[in-house]
Amino acid sequence: MSVQEKVRIPAQRTPKKKVALSEGKKQERKLGWLLCAPAAIVMVAVTAYPIIYSVWLSLQRYDLKFPEDREFIGLTNYVTVLSNNYWWTAFGVTALITVISVTVELILGMGLALIMHKTLVGRGLVRTSALIPYGIVTVVAAFSWRYAWTPGTGYLANLVSPDGAPLTERASALAIIIFAEIWKTTPFMALLLMAGLALVPDDLLKAASMDGASWWQRFTKVMLPVMKPAILVALLFRTLDAFRIFDNIYVLSAGANETSSVSMIAYNNLMKGLNLGIGSTMSVLIFLTVAIIAFIFVKLFGTAAPGSDDGERR
Amino acid sequence: MADIVLDKVSKKYPDGTVAVHDIDLEIADGEFIILVGPSGCGKSTTLNMIAGLEDISSGELRIAGERVNDKAPKDRDIAMVFQSYALYPNMTVRENMAFPLRLAKLDKKVIDEKVGEAARVLELTDYLDRKPANLSGGQRQRVAMGRAIVRSPKAFLMDEPLSNLDAKLRVQMRTQVSRLQKQLGTTTVYVTHDQTEAMTLGDRVVVMRGGYIQQVGDPQTLYDRPVNLFVAGFIGSPAMNFLAATVEEDKLRTALGDLPIGGRTRAALSGADAPRQLILGIRPEHFEDASLVEDHQRAKGYEFTAPVDLVESMGSDKYVYFTVEGEHASSADLEDLAADAGGADLPPQDSLVTRLSAESRVRDGADAKVWMNLDKIHLFDPSDGRNITLTDEKAEV
Ligand SMILES: Nc1ncnc2c1ncn2[C@@H]1O[C@H](COP(=O)(O)OP(=O)(O)OP(=O)(O)O)[C@@H](O)[C@H]1O
Ligand SMILES: [Mg+2]
Repeated sequence: MSVQEKVRIPAQRTPKKKVALSEGKKQERKLGWLLCAPAAIVMVAVTAYPIIYSVWLSLQRYDLKFPEDREFIGLTNYVTVLSNNYWWTAFGVTALITVISVTVELILGMGLALIMHKTLVGRGLVRTSALIPYGIVTVVAAFSWRYAWTPGTGYLANLVSPDGAPLTERASALAIIIFAEIWKTTPFMALLLMAGLALVPDDLLKAASMDGASWWQRFTKVMLPVMKPAILVALLFRTLDAFRIFDNIYVLSAGANETSSVSMIAYNNLMKGLNLGIGSTMSVLIFLTVAIIAFIFVKLFGTAAPGSDDGERR
Repeated sequence: MADIVLDKVSKKYPDGTVAVHDIDLEIADGEFIILVGPSGCGKSTTLNMIAGLEDISSGELRIAGERVNDKAPKDRDIAMVFQSYALYPNMTVRENMAFPLRLAKLDKKVIDEKVGEAARVLELTDYLDRKPANLSGGQRQRVAMGRAIVRSPKAFLMDEPLSNLDAKLRVQMRTQVSRLQKQLGTTTVYVTHDQTEAMTLGDRVVVMRGGYIQQVGDPQTLYDRPVNLFVAGFIGSPAMNFLAATVEEDKLRTALGDLPIGGRTRAALSGADAPRQLILGIRPEHFEDASLVEDHQRAKGYEFTAPVDLVESMGSDKYVYFTVEGEHASSADLEDLAADAGGADLPPQDSLVTRLSAESRVRDGADAKVWMNLDKIHLFDPSDGRNITLTDEKAEV
């Protein structure tokens, strides 16, 4: 039987299938575009105008305090922002918060997901209680953290540093901001990862333990690779989200002691400083950074699906 | 290689379901043993307990004489093939097969050698660098087998390894599995609910039902001397015919007529506690066109005339179906069998299936004179399904 197969399969496949495939793929792609079109059109209609308008504003000198000085100045605003220390400090702070909080969230979220996936008794209760932080409005949660960390009245401040004021020092303020972020969004991460865990067939794990894999080997060699697409989705969502951090900083430290994120200083320039030109420039730069992050992730996705590198028969 | 002994092994799931009740089974070194039975009878549970994937609730499991109840699967040195194949989707065929060896920290050269050898045996050499997603069902199945054999484990466990293949491929793979097992001589426990697989593959077959072992024996024994109604109806395709029978003086009154009681049946019915209401079982091949029966045979049987429903000519012989009027055989066992569509091949209750010689001239719609071999009938007690015609012989339970 397989002697025949051996001869037949390679001979038949290479020339014939390519033609058939490209034909089918074309059809599929067309259908894909058609199915996406309505959503894409609505998205473009809603987002394109503000984006284009901010790009337009960013190319002008436009300070509402001096409206008569409005003038088209090309890329000068970009030079101003990118050569400014405040911007880079904020960028560094944002990157730091993003990297640390997303990393910690991934690890904690994975642990939480494994627990929620495994629990048999009181599954609903465990899941619901784990999701509570995510259900609380960020600003409300941030205020409660602020009170908790305020010397004199706050229980955490009294507990951890009875003499200091943690929110008024840079390092401790950043740590508290990151902590608040992690506390709030770990459940979201766990939920996305749990969906990924459900993708790992039970038989695969059983097979791995028969093959002699320890728990850790099953986790790293079988579960993680199969879950990779779900992990990337979770990381993408959270990275983009974390990079735009605003409310926790606004409430907890108000950006004092160099704890501003890029969104904070863009807001300060636009709304407080009324400098539409510089503020828009910062917004556009944030937009570009987010786009680059998304692009990198999407590139990683491409090879994430198992077997997709030469995926003929899926 | 090793023998496997199940000593009063039971499984109770946390929700209270008892899936396996006190199973005793001795599997000899190198033996190919089949667990067969309808869906939900505890075959997979038994296999998973041998594998170590399920805890044993009570009883003892010994592999090569050593108690392994508390050993983790990886320490039992057993390989398993799953119905879903369970190939690692992110690894190539080569990596899949090498996985257990890599975990065992074998030398890279040794691994390559062993994988190459297994691939050669299973004719997978050309596909070593493909991902499982790009293989056909039969090829995936062979990779799963390959992953099991590279390790040369003490035993193979297979849980319906062929049931995801189409009919033709299944027959081919069946032969290959059988050949491979003979070559390697490794103790194998094979789960299936396909009774053809059970009959053709194994040295011995274990028929299970509702968590209990019904009968253990080689395929021919199960076929010729089923210990109860369930085994009789489950093994064989088309299945055994069952008729209600009543003992009346020297006759056995059935829908086919009054059968004389003689020899074997007389001994069975002479017991003081022998029931009066019985179920008679007879296999399709124990009928013959009366005109083709030789004279010295004729005396051993019983002749009746009935209208033919349908003739199916198979070339080598003819399947002839009759409608039987009158009382139907009824028992809990037969209902169980009928409920399991996958396994047993039970005909409708009022239908009689016979297998006659190809030379037979019976035609659809016409009356046919049919002879049945009374030496081959089985009588079952409807209350517990026991085969009472076996009592005087050395029944194997
Ligand atoms: N995890 C579990 N918890 C509770 N009951 C279970 C569990 N797994 C199986 N069972 C029950 O145990 C019994 C035996 O199941 P098992 O999977 O061994 O059947 P099987 O003979 O392999 O059937 P099939 O041919 O359908 O695979 C069934 O009644 C099933 O419902
Ligand atoms: Mg099963």
